[in-house]
Amino acid sequence: MPALLSPGTPAPDFALPVTPDQKLSLSELRGNPVVLAFYPADWSPVCGDQMALYNEILPEFQKHRAELLGISVDGVWCHTAFAKDRNLHFPLLADFEPKGAVARAYGAYFEAAGITERALFVIDKDGIIRWSYLSPIAVNPGADGILEALEALEK
Amino acid sequence: MATLKIPVGGQDHIQGNMKAACTLVEYGDYECPHCGAAYPLVKRLQKHFGKRLRFVFRNFPMTQLHANAQAAAEVAEFAESKGQFWEMHDLIFENQDRLGADLFAELATQLGLDPGEMHRALAKKTLTDRVRADVGGGIRSGVNGTPTFFINNQRYDRPMDFDTMVKAIEEALAS
Repeated sequence: MPALLSPGTPAPDFALPVTPDQKLSLSELRGNPVVLAFYPADWSPVCGDQMALYNEILPEFQKHRAELLGISVDGVWCHTAFAKDRNLHFPLLADFEPKGAVARAYGAYFEAAGITERALFVIDKDGIIRWSYLSPIAVNPGADGILEALEALEK
Repeated sequence: MATLKIPVGGQDHIQGNMKAACTLVEYGDYECPHCGAAYPLVKRLQKHFGKRLRFVFRNFPMTQLHANAQAAAEVAEFAESKGQFWEMHDLIFENQDRLGADLFAELATQLGLDPGEMHRALAKKTLTDRVRADVGGGIRSGVNGTPTFFINNQRYDRPMDFDTMVKAIEEALAS
């Protein structure tokens, strides 16, 4: 498995669909920190899933003026339905075609299963990765590491 | 490994032997079905371990998923102010399929509390900060959904069934 991109590396730019007729690129967000959260799939059968948790604590990220982006290989219509069902208030990006290309660029693609890993990146306002973390795929990593990394950016 | 950042203390709802060698902390949401399923499980663990285990419940309402979760947490905190937290905590979980203002008033009456006073406390949001403080500490500690358990300050990431949890608590008691 390729290694996760590590702190100090410039974050590879990308432009991915965020709605059926809209793309979002990482470089558009330059100037504020970005939290990039790769997760295996929409519709995990628990209410306390990773995206629901981040949605719940979105104000904590916003205190650091950070933009949160969820990203998986699910298609844009799937993301739309998932975001509506779970009442999500942040963008979900579809790393759908070519499948997993952005995840691969970040070393966060789980080849054997054809899904993205549970991998987290905190990218600073200049587009440099400042923190990255690969969680065991079955373990939702929570948000403590992300918040510590966002705080460290301000020191 | 995620660890509990807010030590168990005077601000907590604690059940069982204060000097127990093992402390089980749950971050829970009264409307979450998985927490509902964990409710009898915790009771069974408490019975199994007796004086060797103390149990702490902290609030983690997933307000974006569950419309009644924050109010339910505040209702339990209102009962706490009258010395009846655990009674209310149990009743809410036992009636999880009927959460809402009508049920909360009914439960308050059942416990001899004043439903009007409770209603005013919720309307004025006097207990909101108490609940949000639990949530803030939980986020810091790596709470990753509901329920999240900590056994002697370590997040429990294994399956939430009786036998597996008994084993984990026994390991904590032995260490």
